[in-house]
Amino acid sequence: METTAGGYRGVWARLRRNPMGMIGLVMLAIAIGVAVLAPWLSPYDPDAVVRVNIMDIYQPPSPAHWLGADDAGRDVLSNFLYGARVSLIVGFFASFISVTMGGLIGIAAGFLGGRTEGILMRFTDIMLVIPDLPLAVVIVALTKPSLTTIILVIGLLGWTGTARLVRAQTLSVKQRKFVMRARAVGAGNSYIIRRHIFPLVLPLIVVNTVLVISLAILNESTLSFLGLGDPATLSWGQMLNYAFTRGAMSAGAWWALVVPGFGIVWVVLSCTLLGQGLEQALNPRLTTHHLAGDRTLQNLPRLQLEPTPVEQAGNVS
Amino acid sequence: MMTEVTPRARQQPLLEVKRLSVDYVDPSQPPAQALRDITFTLQRGEALGIVGESGCGKSTLMLALMRLLPAAGRIVGGSVQLDGIELLALAEREMAALRWKRIAMIFQGAMNALNPVRTVGSQIAEAIRLHEDASDARTIDRRVGELLDLVGIAASRRNQYPFQYSGGMRQRAMIAMALACSPDIVIADEPTTALDVMIQAQILQLLSDLRRQLNLSILLVTHDLGIVAELCDRVLVMYGGVLAEYAGVDAIYNTPAHPYTQELLKAFPDPTRPMQRLASIHGSPPRLNDLPPGCRFAPRCPQVFGRCHLTQPPVYAITPDHQASCFLVEAQQTREARHA
Amino acid sequence: MHEPLLRVRGLRKLFPVGRRALGRSPDQFVHAVDDVSFDLAAGEALALVGESGCGKSTLALTLLGLETATAGSIHFEGNDLAAAPASVWKAARRHIQMIFQDPYESLNPLMTVGEIVAEPLHVHKLAPNAAERRRRSVAALEDAGLKPAEHFLARFPHELSGGQRQRVAIATALVLEPRLLVADEPVSMLDVSIRAEILNLLADLKMRRSIAVLFITHDLGTVSAVADRIAVMYLGRIVETGAILEVMTTPRHPYTQALLSVVPAPNPRLRRQHIILQGETPDPVKLPTGCRFHPRCPMAVEKCRQVDPALQTVGGTQAAACIRVGEA
Repeated sequence: METTAGGYRGVWARLRRNPMGMIGLVMLAIAIGVAVLAPWLSPYDPDAVVRVNIMDIYQPPSPAHWLGADDAGRDVLSNFLYGARVSLIVGFFASFISVTMGGLIGIAAGFLGGRTEGILMRFTDIMLVIPDLPLAVVIVALTKPSLTTIILVIGLLGWTGTARLVRAQTLSVKQRKFVMRARAVGAGNSYIIRRHIFPLVLPLIVVNTVLVISLAILNESTLSFLGLGDPATLSWGQMLNYAFTRGAMSAGAWWALVVPGFGIVWVVLSCTLLGQGLEQALNPRLTTHHLAGDRTLQNLPRLQLEPTPVEQAGNVS
Repeated sequence: MMTEVTPRARQQPLLEVKRLSVDYVDPSQPPAQALRDITFTLQRGEALGIVGESGCGKSTLMLALMRLLPAAGRIVGGSVQLDGIELLALAEREMAALRWKRIAMIFQGAMNALNPVRTVGSQIAEAIRLHEDASDARTIDRRVGELLDLVGIAASRRNQYPFQYSGGMRQRAMIAMALACSPDIVIADEPTTALDVMIQAQILQLLSDLRRQLNLSILLVTHDLGIVAELCDRVLVMYGGVLAEYAGVDAIYNTPAHPYTQELLKAFPDPTRPMQRLASIHGSPPRLNDLPPGCRFAPRCPQVFGRCHLTQPPVYAITPDHQASCFLVEAQQTREARHA
Repeated sequence: MHEPLLRVRGLRKLFPVGRRALGRSPDQFVHAVDDVSFDLAAGEALALVGESGCGKSTLALTLLGLETATAGSIHFEGNDLAAAPASVWKAARRHIQMIFQDPYESLNPLMTVGEIVAEPLHVHKLAPNAAERRRRSVAALEDAGLKPAEHFLARFPHELSGGQRQRVAIATALVLEPRLLVADEPVSMLDVSIRAEILNLLADLKMRRSIAVLFITHDLGTVSAVADRIAVMYLGRIVETGAILEVMTTPRHPYTQALLSVVPAPNPRLRRQHIILQGETPDPVKLPTGCRFHPRCPMAVEKCRQVDPALQTVGGTQAAACIRVGEA
């Protein structure tokens, strides 16, 4: 992956012109906005039980409850808005842990090479091979399920993809001529990592982070759905869990399932779109065309050899 | 005003290109003029050198002749006649039938384009199979052996993989592939650029021998004036997508008329005259989507004058075999006419 | 007669073939640089010429300390760097700089020209304040022919042409005011019409600043623009040296003769005998016995298979490693 053209500012400019990326960014911004503004947006206190009447289980959407009520009479909309907070918090913190770990291991392995690389990569391979979810289930089940536990577990299991990616990019940057020149000038390892390797690896990490976030949120939802979530908080996964275990399906209360599910899909989709947009912004498909003189970046499309239609076949002598 | 050019009246030329023009289109920008009014001929058994630097359009010209331009390329004018057949009027199917059988091309960097997981022999065989009508495996096999022999590779090496071949041998294999269907014309795009000087000499020797043996016509695209002097009969010097000068090799090197040719020759080292100080041309070649009005070489020309900035000079004929697109030629002809 | 700036004696760099170097028999090494010796004085330019695989690039890397020499000595300003610790190298690196072949790859695309040129100053902690760094960067850019230098400081590499990028690379090499410049194919990726500018620039720097230049290339055509002397390498050895004009007009070693006879000359009337060697440069692991050139040499005799010739002076400034030199 190559970050060319105008550094970070150029990347942002290209991202702005990328429809997929911008849609993803806006969607994610909305999700974050919703989570932050939940107290002001939700019509009810999410824990508030509006009615106690047994007939009020799973009320369908109505003017009083726009998205209906769940089995305890709580407003689904309010729970959805507050649930966004939990899901996003877990997602962001867990992915922060994953990306930091993966980034450090990747750079260390790629840059130092030799035995260090061997050890780190074998360790990564082992972690990759172990199935994440069953392991997460086991760990969380054995410890007290809490938000911290979940964040740590997801974070510490989700770094392997990042590590491999970062290592590959580090290796690629390491052998580029300007790094060789920095060495020839006398630069030490820490200077080279700081000044050359890291800035060229960072864009890759950013793209990867966005995708890791969506994976973390999915993982959290799965764990909560399986009943391993923090019982003191209500995330979207837990809403699904409650709905599932408390008979929403048989009561025909589709809103109890669709709404949290929609939330998860929305966030994951936004991350995916944003990730793709970023990837394209970082690696513009504007290949430096070999026919374009001097190989500086020009907006000429890629060379694909195809038969050429002749526009003015009439100009024959 | 275009001076009418009479072609060399020896025999019907094998390839006649007249005023070929190509644009590159991009939805968000005006089209880039990659080629404008390129005119030349190629006789049987002749080697024409197409010389220029990056951005001059020489590779585009070759791709246009084969009608293999990239998706954004458009031929917007001119004619290309191969033995009387107008190539630009053919349907794609008909053109495909001609490709490789009458004109073949060795692409730039082709020696690195061999499929690494297939044997060299099988790749040459594939080239034969794709273009010849059904032949049995034995005929194809025999032909592969012949071709390898022709280019100086032991036929027993046909079952080796590209990584087992050296750079020079891979280039020979590419030449063999191009000759698979016994074409009349071979286009070689920078065939020796990545090679060491001794291997380059071997490949040039090979091309020269093949030309004699098979009466092959060769279009040699290069930036190396030395190779052109050694191998070619005529030279087409290109700059910024237009024809700068077109003449026999002797005339180009000894009586160049276009200032670009003159400057290029001064910038090119001659190992037999080592103590010459090399000249350079300040500035750089123009970008195709940002061409200067008037003569494309005007910004860098040491002999530029007012008119050069206003209009692109047409191609003038100094002799029927020597053409250059420079107003200085017209000025010279006017002076000579006055003194006549 | 004072000590030359650079004195290399018996330099060897062997790469082990396969993973472990211990316990390997000598056959299993790539003899990239095999007993190379030469001198270089301040303000002198030596062209190191050879085809791919001759070891010239490895030699350059060893002289810069990017590869560690297996044997031999590298005396730079009197100190032997070959086996020296990192601290000695770091001090020496202030005075030895390198220019690479690929102008598109040798500059970090995320850094501005100003940052790139100032990097050596950062690494060596010279010029502690920004104003001083800027002053020195501007001076270096102007020396490299980029004027007005201030105009270029904020540019990114992709905004520059190939020739301009190469000048930035040269400026980066000049900013520490080095005594030795190692230029590895500095112009082979540039257009012909701008090569001369860069070559003339190197020649000027050599003369005005008394910088020694080691000019590494495979292109015999360009050497005379910069170099005073030439050394021809084949399979890790220097097979001929001498003053540039002498070697190019009367080469003594059969390899040099062959090379010069096939370098294309832009002169269609020239009738030369082309000595085209058959085959390719052999595998540097399995070296031929005796003279390593004898399998391809048009002048080889029986004795060449047994004797590995050393460089012997032939006449004037020339020396060639051939037992038949001196005959017709």
